[in-house]
Parts: sequence; structure tokens; C-alpha cells
Amino acid sequence: MSVDSKTVKKIASLARIQMDDAEVEALVPELNNILGWVEQLGEVDVTGVEPMTAVIPNTLRLRDDVINADPLTGGGVRDKVLANAPAPEHGFFGVPKVIE
Amino acid sequence: MSNITDLGIKAIRDGVRDGTFSAREVAEAFNANVAAGKELNAFLVETPEHALAAADAADKARAAGEELAPMAGVPVGMKDLFCTDGVEATAGSHILEGFTPQYESTVSANLWKAGAGMLGKLNMDQFAMGSSNETSAFGNVISPWRRNDGGNTDLAPGGSSGGSASAVSGRLCPAATGTDTGGSIRQPAAFVGISGIKPTYGRCSRWGVVAFASSLDQAGSMAHDVTDCAIMLQAMAGFDPKDATSLDLPVPDWENALSGDLKGKRVGIPKEYRIDGTPKEIDDLWEQGAEWLRDAGAEIVEISLPHTKYALPAYYIIAPAEASSNLARYDGVRYGQRELPDGAGLQDMYAATRAEGFGPEVKRRIMIGTYVLSAGFYDAYYTQAQKVRSLIARDFEQAWEHCDMILAPTAPSAAFGLGEKADDPLAMYLNDVFAVPASLAGLPAMSVPGGLDGQGLPLGLQIVGKALDEQSVLNAGLAIEQRAGFTARPDKWW
Repeated sequence: MSVDSKTVKKIASLARIQMDDAEVEALVPELNNILGWVEQLGEVDVTGVEPMTAVIPNTLRLRDDVINADPLTGGGVRDKVLANAPAPEHGFFGVPKVIE
Repeated sequence: MSNITDLGIKAIRDGVRDGTFSAREVAEAFNANVAAGKELNAFLVETPEHALAAADAADKARAAGEELAPMAGVPVGMKDLFCTDGVEATAGSHILEGFTPQYESTVSANLWKAGAGMLGKLNMDQFAMGSSNETSAFGNVISPWRRNDGGNTDLAPGGSSGGSASAVSGRLCPAATGTDTGGSIRQPAAFVGISGIKPTYGRCSRWGVVAFASSLDQAGSMAHDVTDCAIMLQAMAGFDPKDATSLDLPVPDWENALSGDLKGKRVGIPKEYRIDGTPKEIDDLWEQGAEWLRDAGAEIVEISLPHTKYALPAYYIIAPAEASSNLARYDGVRYGQRELPDGAGLQDMYAATRAEGFGPEVKRRIMIGTYVLSAGFYDAYYTQAQKVRSLIARDFEQAWEHCDMILAPTAPSAAFGLGEKADDPLAMYLNDVFAVPASLAGLPAMSVPGGLDGQGLPLGLQIVGKALDEQSVLNAGLAIEQRAGFTARPDKWW
């Protein structure tokens, strides 16, 4: 499979990365080069093989159902959460108008 | 005593305990080297006051007759992927410029608890995507090493933990943290002639570590020798309920159990790692390494890891796929940079912010990841890659029936010059050919310096162990270290 500039534009839009035509044109051969190379995986006989879901077998834990069980991941830290926001407003994350 | 900054973790820790020097003297000496090492561009942020505060705490504890913590008085460098409270963390990317974490990563918190202090945040490939540190948005890190041809070409320190490699090798810090997704601790360690270990996936918490590919990312230690790596890894590791993949197991006392005696151990030499085009010096060193391990009492056996050649292509589907998902968080809303063109709506803001903030290699990987996860291609690429990954892990499982650890080169070349591979992403990816299989299988692996090539540059040997058997990896590393007699170090030119 290979990509053309139309596909690259589509991927860029899915990935929310603005790109001009020159960038798109430059990426077409680069991505095709990489995709052509990874295509060799198709040679591998994977009959009956399950895709890996865990690198090291581990069980999923549940934390105690307690408010602020671990204060580091608990609540009540609004100002810290907002401390790095580019445009905090009235205790919220500010964004451009989304409703017309 | 010659120079405090020539010392590693163990010598500093013991010297502070014995009162040979004060922790403050140590911190001041390294702070001075950091300040004088700006040409290497290894540090993104310097935090001399953090190192001094930890040092003063160690000196005070000693004066009060208290038992000193395991790394009391040892200042370290932190790869910029780790969030440390109140100190800017950018992961080498413009998109995070100005981001000041309001919390401490588990690994750094563990290190401070163990008495260590921080000299600063270390430069790295942007979001850990790279093998030469050339993708950093804040300039190339330069290796302290130079070829012996008198040409003074600036060499890559390897990547992505290039700042860590350069800073340790140049004696700007006695040790540093690194992270390894597909070789990012081992390859830079090999390039600059130091040791570096990536533990079993899940040993070190990922909480507070900027994510690249979550099923592969694993923190580890980079230091002058195997013992120092063991001490530091012991301080970093440990169960953390805040990371769903953290292993709920006690941390072994790796340092105390270190032994270069490999009697009864079998070391596998994977025949698929013999790749055409590998320089003869690297093949020779590999053979020499096997000889050293035999001398240490091990039996050398040839093994087969049949799916080796598919590890790298599988990695370059899985890692970008995970990255495209992880990096979706950089949207200009919650932290970091925001680009808001006049009259732009929310979607335009996302796209403009990400266009401006991410570097070319990061964009390339997000694009690949987005493509292989998109409707219609998911099974052909991503599911197939995860199946191949299962086969690669199975290869190792089957190999463990014949051996206890595996010996291989760390990288297929010595350090290359900055810019020499920058134009060809694929050529750069191939640098991790020996490192990636262990990453895909989550296995502990380390690089130790083995010797110099004809150009006077370090070459590394890699040991891969069974899951949770860091001890065997460290022991084999120690056996090589004891026999390699690697004392070469770069001449100071900066």
C-alpha cells in the first residue's frame, strides 16, 4: 500500500496537524519509503497467533473506592491543574468560541 | 584525591559516608562542571540549588549521626522526559515550552527519597524520538568524544537519551536517568563509553514521565560502571499504584548480589544478529565478549531468534501508533504552547498549535501512527505488528530453554557525525536493530563498554536477560567490565 498527497492530507487532518502543500509533497515519498519497508511484516505467518496485549503478564488493579485515595492523583487541585494552561479563565481552560 | 568529578555513584556515596569529602563539595564540583560544559548542550535547565539542597541534607544527616540514604550526597542529571516539581519540562519539544510540572514523577521522587539531588534537566531527542539527539528543538547535544583523526567532527551522543550520555561521559554528572523505548538508553551509552540499563518493563513507574509509546517506555540508569547502574536503578525502581503497568514486586538488592562469577550460566549468541554490513570491529568485539564471559565461567551456546528481522518494522508500526495516540494531548488547551491564528476556531487552533509545536520527526511518526490506526488499515498494519510482536516474545521464551542471557552488540556502528544520517529516517531507524527486540519483549537489557574502534570511539556490548532477571544482566555486565578494562575517556575540549 502506498499513500498519495490526497491521503497524506487526510492523515494530517485526522492528526490535527496543519500542513501546506510543500510539506505534504515532501512527506509522500518519506512515508511511502517507511510504509514500503514495514510491509515486509506481511511475509510472517501469524496463523493462530494472538496479538500481544501485555508485555509482562500483569493483573489490572482497582484502587480503593475512596475520595483522594492518593492525594497525588486526587482532586481539589484546580489551580495546579490550570497552572500551565495557555489561557485559563475563571477557573476553566479557555478555548476559542465553539458554539456559533 | 585527584578530582571529585572523576568519581561515580558508589565512590561518592562511600566518600560522603566516610567523611572523605562533604556532599556539598561534591555538588559544588559537579555544578561547576555543568556550568563549564555548555558547549556540549547537554543540559536544558540547570538546577544547582536542587543539588546543593540535597547535599546539605546529606551533610546534616551525617553530622547528626543518622544513617545515610542509599544515594545520599550523589547529584544526578534527569532526562527532560521526567517531570520534576517546579522545573520546566519540555521533552525536547517546543510544544511543551514553558510547561512547569506541579508534581514530581515517581522515579524522581524515589531518587530524592534515596538522598540524590538534581543537577539539571538533560537534553534529548524530541519526545524521545530519535537515535542521535538531533531531533531536539533546543539544538544538538554534542558527544565529548572525538575521532582520533584530528578532524574535530562533532559526533552524535546517540539518542534519545543523548544529553544523559554526553553529561555522564563528560563528567558533568556522575550518573543520569534515561528512558528506553527502543534502545534510547543502551545505544547512547554505547556511543559514549558508559554503562546503561533498561530494566524489565514495569520495574520503574511511568507516572510523571512524558509518554512516547506506553507499552515500550521504561526508565533506567546511565552511569560509569555496572555497580553504579545497579545502585541507581535500585533507587529508581519500585511498585507504584499510579501506573497501571507497574509491577507489584519488591525491588531486589541488585548491588549486594553483584557477582562477576558466571559459573553454571549459559550465554546465548543469536545467529540472526549476524547482519551483513556490520563492521568487522563490532563482530570481533562480540566474539571477544563471548570469550570474556566464557572466562567468567559461562557456557556459550548458539541460539536462534527467528523473527529478529521483523522486530524493527514491527516497532516502527507499534511505537508511532502509540505515539500518535499519546501525543493527541498536545492541543494548546491544557499546557504548553498555543497557536491561535486570527479568527481561528477550536479545530484550527489544534492544527496550528501542533504544526508549530512539533518537529519534523515527531510529525512523521504521528502521521505514520495515525495512518496505521486508521479505518481499513488497522488490521493490516497494527494488528499484524502486534502478532509479530507476540512471535518475537515467543522467540525469547524458546531461547531461554537453552540459555540464561543473551550477548549481542549494542549498536551496528560507533558514534556517527552529527548530520551524517539526518536526511534518511530509515537509515537512522536501523541504528536500533539490536536494541529493539528486547524492548518489544519487555526484557531487561544493558550496554557496557567493550573497547574502542579504529577511530578511537567506544563500542558497546549488550546483555539481554529474562524478565525480572536484572541480576543476571548486571552480573554478566560486571564480568565483561572486569575483563574489558575499559578506561578510555574523552579529552576535555569544551
